[in-house]
Amino acid sequence: MNILAFAEQRDKKLKKSAFEVVRTARTIADQTGGEVIALVIGDDVQTIAAELGGYGASKILAVQQPKLGAYSSTAYAKVIAETAKKEQAEVVLLAATAMGKDSAPRVAVKLEAGLASDCTALTVDGGHIIATRPVYAGKALTEIKITSAVKVFTLRPNVFPAGESSGTAGTVERVDIPLDESDFASFVLETTQATGTVDVAEADTIVSGGRGMKGPENFKMIEELAAVLGGAVGASRAVVDAGWRPHHEQVGQTGKTVSPSLYIAVAISGSIQHLAGMSSSKYIVAINKDKDAPIFQIADYGIVADAFDIVPAITLESKKLLGK
Amino acid sequence: MKLAVCINHVPDTAAKITLAADGKSIDKNGITFVLNPYDEYAIEECLRLKEKNTGEVIAISLGGDSHKETLRKALAMGVDKAILLKDDTPRDSFAVARALADELKTISADVIFFGKQSVDSDDAAVGIMVAEMLGLPSVSVAVKLDIENGLATAEREIEGGKEKVQTKLPAVFTAQKGLNEPRYPSLKGIMSAKSKPIEEKVPAPSSVKTEVLALRKPPSKNAGKIIGTDVSAVPELVRLLHEEAKVI
Repeated sequence: MNILAFAEQRDKKLKKSAFEVVRTARTIADQTGGEVIALVIGDDVQTIAAELGGYGASKILAVQQPKLGAYSSTAYAKVIAETAKKEQAEVVLLAATAMGKDSAPRVAVKLEAGLASDCTALTVDGGHIIATRPVYAGKALTEIKITSAVKVFTLRPNVFPAGESSGTAGTVERVDIPLDESDFASFVLETTQATGTVDVAEADTIVSGGRGMKGPENFKMIEELAAVLGGAVGASRAVVDAGWRPHHEQVGQTGKTVSPSLYIAVAISGSIQHLAGMSSSKYIVAINKDKDAPIFQIADYGIVADAFDIVPAITLESKKLLGK
Repeated sequence: MKLAVCINHVPDTAAKITLAADGKSIDKNGITFVLNPYDEYAIEECLRLKEKNTGEVIAISLGGDSHKETLRKALAMGVDKAILLKDDTPRDSFAVARALADELKTISADVIFFGKQSVDSDDAAVGIMVAEMLGLPSVSVAVKLDIENGLATAEREIEGGKEKVQTKLPAVFTAQKGLNEPRYPSLKGIMSAKSKPIEEKVPAPSSVKTEVLALRKPPSKNAGKIIGTDVSAVPELVRLLHEEAKVI
């Protein structure tokens, strides 16, 4: 079966998740047969698209025009769905990013396809793709099969390996999908990106602070540790609700569900909502004064002590190790 | 301005999830169901738009009789009218969206709101699917909304930043935490909600496109080791993270 892999770019740069999506499409196609068609949408993206050849794309398509330089839910969904039809794709893969989650439901409706969102595993069983996806913010996992002819999946970033590029540059084919004014009923006017920070949803390392930080001013030490480790700052709901940290940093149910390689929970006791959102992290470190805090139940490594003593010491020790 | 808000009745986020005997669903015994947290922001935004522009807010929920409780909460917050699309057969996002879209077609609202996702299935798909089915533009995960002369400017959260999106009305929006501070129902609101009618309708059946094969608990993590109880444990922690876990 042919698989269409939507490879997301922003500012003419392919996202890490784009490589994950193309590689996953390749892994599936190796088992089911069929082609992997990678699709890049934007303005003048033909050059950057070539890189996808190193991740297993058998065909690379670029749909480009100036107006597509800014994301539009309606226009992007149309391009993806039309391409899927043209290429007779039975499976459409997108990353479960802000963009992928926004376009996938529209693509599914256009293709009369079932949708499995935010999948953390795809396996092939007897020619069928079985998707595993967290529900109840990760308190349970569901295995589902899409029964419609066309199937749409979005993949949680940072979970599926992108692997190394083989170095093969693919040949990029320019394709025109006619779009008119009505296809741009909604469009992005401007994008503001916080500079120098990593988003919790994409970070490989997260340092999160909880109520035990006692006040917003003390998050400086969390930020410093996150910076040294090249990671993102996260926060518990209590901290966000108190207005100490912005909502986009919130980890847990009603915040973000994350699976980084390293999650350091600082002065977070570990409510059921918080644990649901981060317990699938590969390694969890807990630092808390209370030895009975639930967070220690799921932590790989724990230090029972005052965060204010420990966090700066970890920063210092990591700096030494990393030669920073 | 005609405003519609689609709301869901879901397990409280504090609920422990246990599995039912069928191995495909959750055991609902002992679980408190509440108005989906993100839908509170959606309701609040509709109420604010109504207060600013005059109009009517209609709340719609698809589900069994238990969803009346959540519709009553919406009424208590100040929603004018509540509709229960009574159907408790299992539906996936596509089938839920189909039933809601059919109903919304008859309402012709200027603004249709959803929470950004239901905290049960976490699919984050129904609102946008409805927009597509109705041929409307949408802005998902909205944290800010301004409506001026039939044109909406909204901000949505993206990785590490925000996108400012412009859209014509009618349009669909899905609400993210941070959009507003939802009001608590007043005592007067709660009292009057009790006597307001909830209109019941039966949606047309819609076929599902997904099949749940299994539901299971995530692999449980065992508590690891406590490395120490003071700052002297730090070098060992960093060593373990570097050499054993290989994450720094």
